[in-house]
Amino acid sequence: MSAAPPDTREVILEARELTREFDGVKALDRFSFKLHRGEVLGLLGANGAGKTTAMNCLLGLTLPTGGDLFAFGLPLHQHRIKILQRSNFSSAYTALPGNLLVRQNLIVFARIYGLKEPKKKIAELMELLEITHLADRVTGQLSAGESTRVNLVKAFLNDPELLMLDEPTASLDPDIADKVRKVVRKVQKERNIGILYTSHNMRDIEEVCDRVIFLHKGKIVCEGTPTDIVAQSSSATLEDVFIKIARDGEVIDEPAKQP
Amino acid sequence: MNFNTISALVLRYLFLYTRTPMRMVELVFWPVVDLVVWGNVTVFIQKNTNPEFGSFVLFFLGGMILWDILFRAQQGVAISFLEDVWTRNLLNVFVAPVRTFEYVGATFIVGFLRILVTAVVLGLISWVGYSYNIFSLHWWLIPFFANLMLFGWSLGMISTALILRWGQAAESLAWAIPFFFQPAVAVFYPVEDMPAWSQPIAWSFPPTYIFEGMREVMKTGTMNWNYLWYSAALNVVYLALAGGLFAWILNLTRKRGLLTKFATQ
Repeated sequence: MSAAPPDTREVILEARELTREFDGVKALDRFSFKLHRGEVLGLLGANGAGKTTAMNCLLGLTLPTGGDLFAFGLPLHQHRIKILQRSNFSSAYTALPGNLLVRQNLIVFARIYGLKEPKKKIAELMELLEITHLADRVTGQLSAGESTRVNLVKAFLNDPELLMLDEPTASLDPDIADKVRKVVRKVQKERNIGILYTSHNMRDIEEVCDRVIFLHKGKIVCEGTPTDIVAQSSSATLEDVFIKIARDGEVIDEPAKQP
Repeated sequence: MNFNTISALVLRYLFLYTRTPMRMVELVFWPVVDLVVWGNVTVFIQKNTNPEFGSFVLFFLGGMILWDILFRAQQGVAISFLEDVWTRNLLNVFVAPVRTFEYVGATFIVGFLRILVTAVVLGLISWVGYSYNIFSLHWWLIPFFANLMLFGWSLGMISTALILRWGQAAESLAWAIPFFFQPAVAVFYPVEDMPAWSQPIAWSFPPTYIFEGMREVMKTGTMNWNYLWYSAALNVVYLALAGGLFAWILNLTRKRGLLTKFATQ
């Protein structure tokens, strides 16, 4: 695979030799990457490949056993709060409290992020995600698609420069998944956000991600744009690449390295 | 009726006891607490046969109301945390710019508000229904209230730390931990009527001084200031220890990578 030209945009998230062991088993093994401002980077791999561990380390929820993490040029663990003020996160596996109204949940997080005009911001984002009508609904009674969009409103509340999305389209029907992808891409482009994106849905990856990293047993096995990876593999689609990596741990002779 | 089905379901519940030892502890814990509390109450009543004792029985109501202040403060911390666990919101909180002391501080305030509601309701009912006016404790009520709340907060942090460490299997600790201390802090009987070996243990907990002080105020209308100072000083120690334990276990949970598992289960 030919090397891409160096990306001159600001690096907003960087892992250097990130390692995480659980009882002697390496879930992440000297994992290094850079995410640039305005870039959507997909983190792919089969279950157990190390994506979730990586995401948890990047969010400061799990402490790495080796390596360093930086966001906006600052060491993550020393400047966690400062970094979290400029970042946000959404996952299909977390929820906002189901016993509160959507509006109440969003007001709580708007206050946590110190928004000056929380109601205005919430109204704007709800309109953008086409969920204004859900404001007074009980959060726990929303459908999966509605819930995902409410989570995204929460994730965009503080105008994050860095956003981590963990399988945002999991359990959504193709129509809603498509809407979610489009809105993520739209907001990302408008606001020049750097996004770290995990998904098992290859359509998501092809539509949303500028660049992807394939992980296998905690190590990077392949890295590049989705088109380049498919073109330089023996597979016809990104999904085939995924399956090949999941089963064989490799896809091409020589993994492309980030410049 | 299919006995195989019933036996299968019985087995299913018995498996739970083998998988979570905390349930076995519960089986023994509550009966022992009840026995010790009511055993000590019985000894107290047996020793007081003089005719004036009838008027002192209001101690029980006062003790019960003040105990509830401690309990609600502890619940404010532990249940607020569990609310975030039950609603799978914990991860959202931990990845937001929320410092640990801010999170704990918010649960303290919730504990305080819970106390206000409980104290008003219990105070009214005991006054109307049983002619017991909690305000007969006068201004002493404020330091009593404050000291019990502080100890409740400490117990809340300890409960939360243990739940963080052992996960949802330890949830029942959120309710059980205050009652672990109840027999020892002389809620319904004076320390002098407790078994001799348990008296030094009783004096090592801040609420003991408050319950003794309450009885003294009700009996004599005066208060031994030393009770308040000892209680406050011990509360500082317990708050520091509980805060340290909570911070240590939270860090340990992060190091072991258990926080996300716990937050999304």
